[in-house]
Amino acid sequence: MNAPVRRLALLVAALFGSLLVSTTLIQYVFAADLNARADNRRTLLSTYARDRGDILVGQTPIATSEPSDDEFKYQRIYAEGPLYAHVTGFYSFYGASGGLEQAEDSLLSGSSDKLFYRRVSDLFTGRKPQGANIETTLDPAVQEAAARGLDGVKGAAVALDPSTGAILALVSRPTYDPNSVSGHDLEEVETRYAALNEDPDTPLVDRAISGDLYPPGSVFKVVTAAAGLTSGDVTPDSVLPGGAFLELPQTDATLPNHDNVPCSPTGEVTLTEAMVVSCNPAFGQLGMDIGAEALQDQAARFGFGDAVSVPMPVTPSSVPSDMNEPQLAQASIGQYDVRVTPLQMAMVAAAVGNNGRVMKPYLDQSVIGSDLSVIESAGRTELSEAVPSEVAGQLRDMMVDVVQRGTGTLAQIPGVEVAGKTGTAEHGTGRKAHAWFIAFAPADDPEIAVAVIVEDAAAAGSEISGGQVAGPIARQMMEARLNE
Amino acid sequence: MSVVSSPAPRKGRNIELVLLLGAVGIVGLAYLNVGLAALGTVPPGIFALTGGYLAVAIAMHLVLRWRASYADPLMLPIVTLLNGLGLVMIYRIDIAKGRSITEGVALKQLMWSALAVAIAAGVIIVLRDHRLLRRYTYLAGVLGFGLLLLPLLPVIGTSEFGSRIWIRIGPMSFQPGEVAKLLLAIFFAGYLVQTRDALSVAGRKVLGMTLPRARDLGPILVAWGASLAVLVFERDLGSSLLFFGLFVAMLYVATERISWIAIGLTLFVAGAYVAYLIFGHVQTRVLLWLDTFSPDALAASDQLAKGLMGMAAGGMVGTGLGRGRPDLTYFAESDFIIPSFGEEMGMIGLFALLMLYALLVERGLRTSLGTRDGFGKLLAAGLAFSLALQCFVVVGGVTRVIPLTGLTMPFLSSGGSSLLANWTLVAILLRISDHARRPLPEVGQSGVADAQTQVVKMP
Repeated sequence: MNAPVRRLALLVAALFGSLLVSTTLIQYVFAADLNARADNRRTLLSTYARDRGDILVGQTPIATSEPSDDEFKYQRIYAEGPLYAHVTGFYSFYGASGGLEQAEDSLLSGSSDKLFYRRVSDLFTGRKPQGANIETTLDPAVQEAAARGLDGVKGAAVALDPSTGAILALVSRPTYDPNSVSGHDLEEVETRYAALNEDPDTPLVDRAISGDLYPPGSVFKVVTAAAGLTSGDVTPDSVLPGGAFLELPQTDATLPNHDNVPCSPTGEVTLTEAMVVSCNPAFGQLGMDIGAEALQDQAARFGFGDAVSVPMPVTPSSVPSDMNEPQLAQASIGQYDVRVTPLQMAMVAAAVGNNGRVMKPYLDQSVIGSDLSVIESAGRTELSEAVPSEVAGQLRDMMVDVVQRGTGTLAQIPGVEVAGKTGTAEHGTGRKAHAWFIAFAPADDPEIAVAVIVEDAAAAGSEISGGQVAGPIARQMMEARLNE
Repeated sequence: MSVVSSPAPRKGRNIELVLLLGAVGIVGLAYLNVGLAALGTVPPGIFALTGGYLAVAIAMHLVLRWRASYADPLMLPIVTLLNGLGLVMIYRIDIAKGRSITEGVALKQLMWSALAVAIAAGVIIVLRDHRLLRRYTYLAGVLGFGLLLLPLLPVIGTSEFGSRIWIRIGPMSFQPGEVAKLLLAIFFAGYLVQTRDALSVAGRKVLGMTLPRARDLGPILVAWGASLAVLVFERDLGSSLLFFGLFVAMLYVATERISWIAIGLTLFVAGAYVAYLIFGHVQTRVLLWLDTFSPDALAASDQLAKGLMGMAAGGMVGTGLGRGRPDLTYFAESDFIIPSFGEEMGMIGLFALLMLYALLVERGLRTSLGTRDGFGKLLAAGLAFSLALQCFVVVGGVTRVIPLTGLTMPFLSSGGSSLLANWTLVAILLRISDHARRPLPEVGQSGVADAQTQVVKMP
């Protein structure tokens, strides 16, 4: 009976062999997949159990993890939650969602490869792994000024440091309180999240960088003017049509000036005057003169079409291609299908103020380890040269005139030269227009560039109206920066 | 010059003692580790409990020295280590569930362990020769089948968690399947050693296989019917597979005819397939096995899914004892103790455990090879194979090699009846191994002749 016993031993070896294989498959080959499953409570608990890093404005944390005495070990707390909601995002059962929480999840949670050596040393010292802290570029005074200005309305405001690209303010309204969806009561979080998600005013959306993109209206005339000046065929003193409307080729439709009044009594204006009074016929003609390609190229040099991350992904702004002449005329005054983010328009203003150079916008000033050592520090990156510096100077002079004696007088700051441009962007007939303002100050060496949009706040067809609503908000933001 | 006498066979008792100290040492360290990792302090009674466990193991060792001095020296240390690690993991789950040591399951399990070792020692002392068991072949058969089907009786049989494999008398509950496994192995060995000649008579030859005569198919059909009854009425695929597999394996060892395995496998697969077609609970088990993460399966039970995620969380090296969350899986201390080990000791730790079991089985099969009597050979092979098959059914169930069943892991899982049965099983294996390794008294050399004197000893 020994032979069958030996064969039985072979069978036993095969049985145990199959168990070794199945164990290997589960614990090694497919382990990552299993750990990544959404319904994996262990993964959820262990990510919660980490001491997630802080998000800082200056030295003040706007998001921090505090020990809690439940099974999740830590509770995420957002100081001034609604003010910084779109900057922080929130951290809930749905994972890190929106803002820096999502964009820098691996750094905050401590799993990033950038923290590799730290993790190895944690392994040997037995120290609990800690996430890195992220110090933002935000200026709380500017952020608060923007939030105050947009209180109770829908819209967005962005402020940049023109010479570096550092984001000084990033505000989107309406907002929400990230604390309300970061609790440890699953049912409560689900209800509140569903309510926010279904709210028709979309408070979860960051309108400043990733909303449904806005038509820019007249603030886009800066881009059209830049295209004209860069082409060399046009100077600030070039004469353009300035009647109450512009006849368009190929169609019976016309391009009317705002308020249906002529830009000048003579029916002709210089480019500078066209900018000062925001003359639609003049810019419509300028656009048709330089052509669609020149306009698109100019927009691209300002950053249109680029997918940048700040580190949150920014939806690229766009100028439509394949336009016919009437569409090109419309696009030249920021209508038709031109679509922008407020951040992109702030970049346009900043580039004009920065001698034509577009700096990459960023929100992370530095990444700081739990032991306060700096792991990564932001450096300024030039994205492109939008216009030569002499053109930038010409554009700046025109924008200064806009604020001194044109449509943007409400943005004046005593003792400081401000450059700006108003906009009233129509979107659909019968609805109120979006009010726009882009600006930078001081004009000769700007410390801040801003873009402000207030949704459905301006009388359609009235250029003054846009400046009246958005201009003061831009002024308060710039004052907040300059008064420091 | 040549030496006529064979070298003195090694008893291995001193090796056993050293290994035993190592095994208890590992268990003590694991206990300390769990306390430090999960509680942050030295666990309660570390010296008393480890010392007590050592005393129990040493007592068993002394019994072996006294009554079975040639017994296999590896079995006791392996089983001591497995049982001890099981205790540690059960205590670790107690901590996770917030139970103190006095109200937890671990201390009960320790008492059961002591009782199980006492019974095993009793078996070694009372059972001087395993061949005595052959006298009780049919008694064991009746008791074995009786116990197997006992949970089907009204009143005392209870259905828990989908399987009717428990009997409950007052506050006592008992899973008779484990004891039945032992008794049936004795019955099969006794029965087959008698009938093996008849069963191996050749019948017709089909497809190169010599089939047995039709009239000899009776026993296998009875065993098949019983195992299907267990599958269908007790809803216990594991026990069903275990008993039928055990019977077929022993039948094969007894008759050396591969055709019995073919017939057995065919019968079981056919029976199981019909049961799958007819019974909803079998279909659910299969769904859970094949498509664990489908919404339907998760709605039926997410236990297997949770166990798998626990093992994945452990990965290659594990979270470390006391550092994982094995308590998130139901029955983490009994049916799912293997995923608990997988989570906290990792793939490497599980490999080590599986190797311990494989080694134990190997020692059992080696005992079978070395045994001179047919009954002992069959019994040892059967007992060893039943251990292997049970490991396969349990670990294969939680790692999706086969559908999940309700069996417990021998020596590791929480549960008194399982411990008693498996320690007794090892005691019988030890008894047979003592017989297998003990040198035969050489003809003409006995009594006085064994006593060497200085005078005749060669330099």
